Amino acid sequence: MNPGDTLRFASGSLRGARTRTLLMMLAMSIGVAAVVILTALGEGARRYVIGQFSSLGTNLVIVLPGRSETAGVNPGMLLGQTARDLVLDDAQALLRSTAIRRIAPLSIGAAQASHGSLNREVVVMGTTANMLAIRHMDMGQGQFLPQIDPRSALPVCVLGATIKKELFGSEQVIGAWLRLGDRRFRVIGVLAKQGESMGMNSDELVIVPVASAHMLFNTQALFRIMIEAKNRDMIEPAKRDAEQILMQQHGGERDVTVITQDAVLATFDKILRALTLAVGGIAAISLSVAGVLIMNVMLIAVAQRTQEIGLLKALGAPPKQIRHLFFAEAALLSAIGSVLGLVLGEIGTAIIGQIYPTLPVAAPWWAVLAAFGTALGTGILFSVMPARRAAQLDPVMALAKR
Amino acid sequence: MIEFTGVKRLFKVGDQEVAALRDINLELVAGEYVSIMGPSGSGKSTLLNLIGLLDRPTSGIYRLDGLDVTTLDDEAQARVRSEKIGFVFQFFHLVPRLTATMNIELPLLLAGVPPEERKARVTQLLKSYGLTDRADHRPDQLSGGQRQRVAIARATSMHPLVLLADEPTGNLDQTTGKEVMNLLEQLVTQGVALILVTHDPGLGARASRQLNMVDGQIVSDTRSGS
Repeated sequence: MNPGDTLRFASGSLRGARTRTLLMMLAMSIGVAAVVILTALGEGARRYVIGQFSSLGTNLVIVLPGRSETAGVNPGMLLGQTARDLVLDDAQALLRSTAIRRIAPLSIGAAQASHGSLNREVVVMGTTANMLAIRHMDMGQGQFLPQIDPRSALPVCVLGATIKKELFGSEQVIGAWLRLGDRRFRVIGVLAKQGESMGMNSDELVIVPVASAHMLFNTQALFRIMIEAKNRDMIEPAKRDAEQILMQQHGGERDVTVITQDAVLATFDKILRALTLAVGGIAAISLSVAGVLIMNVMLIAVAQRTQEIGLLKALGAPPKQIRHLFFAEAALLSAIGSVLGLVLGEIGTAIIGQIYPTLPVAAPWWAVLAAFGTALGTGILFSVMPARRAAQLDPVMALAKR
Repeated sequence: MIEFTGVKRLFKVGDQEVAALRDINLELVAGEYVSIMGPSGSGKSTLLNLIGLLDRPTSGIYRLDGLDVTTLDDEAQARVRSEKIGFVFQFFHLVPRLTATMNIELPLLLAGVPPEERKARVTQLLKSYGLTDRADHRPDQLSGGQRQRVAIARATSMHPLVLLADEPTGNLDQTTGKEVMNLLEQLVTQGVALILVTHDPGLGARASRQLNMVDGQIVSDTRSGS
């Protein structure tokens, strides 16, 4: 019997038991769809987080004041001391490193912003012109902070999109005055709507030159220094240089923490990938349940078709061929079931994508392949026993059964 | 063509051994028309199953067409069955989900005969058994006589040397039974050996050679004058 005829015969007997076949395919496809959808969710979460980090900027190295030990507690804090502040000179000194393309100091504070009769609390970010490029922000109108000496406190500001809307409405905003605390700033630009990234909503920011922020908040301290390395390979050297330079600046004391975006990213990547695998693994259990179901149903089929098997033997079918017929049935069942499952999974993924547009859900190719392979594998594996039982039936007994 | 030498078949019932066949020696020539008669439990069906290679003797030698088939493995026996033996059963044993055409085609399909030849042979068989207008009917849409005709067509599709018929008319009324017997006897004239197992002495008498079995042994072996 040639393979084509075997398949045709097997599909014929599957069609002969329609309800059974449909139920089996349903079980199989739900298993496969579960794997696809769950891994798509996991993978979506992973990509979402990575996307959030990259929107922070690329090749980023961040300097934080204070040194966090593994426990996350600064030993100085226990003694009632704070670490030495990061100051503008530290930031400028970083430019000595050849691995560093540009830097932007960052100081953050809250202030009351008012325009006319409208006022609200805003987060004020003091920085330099480089921030625009480092954080990949886009301008809506006007200009970003000018390239000036970071020590000069120019009274200009750039508004986040939401702030602009709330304080100015549809008014002409460029050139208008905004009061921040006890100072006045001239608005020179408005950021394009950026949305949230890593918990910082740049739509709700007012950006001023770093020196102005220092005057506003009466401090010299920086909240962060953002460093952009020259390229991907320079991230590690940039980190090393930054640590080195800041140690010199701070009299030989390592009292800053330098983190690379890559390290954070890699950690998240690892955690979320493990999560995806775990969730996919749980879904795979439902697949093997489908496999057991297939075995059960095939055993029933052998019992129901005893006569037919006896007849096939009498007509000259060797045991091998009878095994092949049952294999072909199981393989067809699980193959069609898996394809249905993949389609179901894709539809489910698409629906989730509609509900949570920000989550880039898509099943990774390896999960799709694994789901398909497991389904087909379990289907065939679990049909070994029924197929052997069929092949070993005694034809005399099988034919005598009425 | 069929040669049994000292064939025994024992069955185990509990811890007792029951002999279904004891020491059968038998020789049938090609194209012979033989009936096997005897009371229930006399071993007729067991003998037929042994001839049809559905069962193996406990001891003794069975030669079919000059070949000792008792020593063959399952695969080889299946091939011999496919090429040399045709079965006609009392309960027809058609596959319910397959049409008449597909039921007749089944042995050809299992033997791996190419599709064009299959189609030609099946069309020919449908025609010669008057089933052409029933080709696409499933067994439950056919009458008893039609079903048995499909079964005979199926049994002859591989041009067997010997046709084994176990009570082929047992489930049919007299008229259709006669029709079916005529068809089977027609095959004998074409050179196919027919071995008929029956309870009915009237049917048995039609064969040119009659075997009577009692208690696992052949007690009489008579040939009609014809």
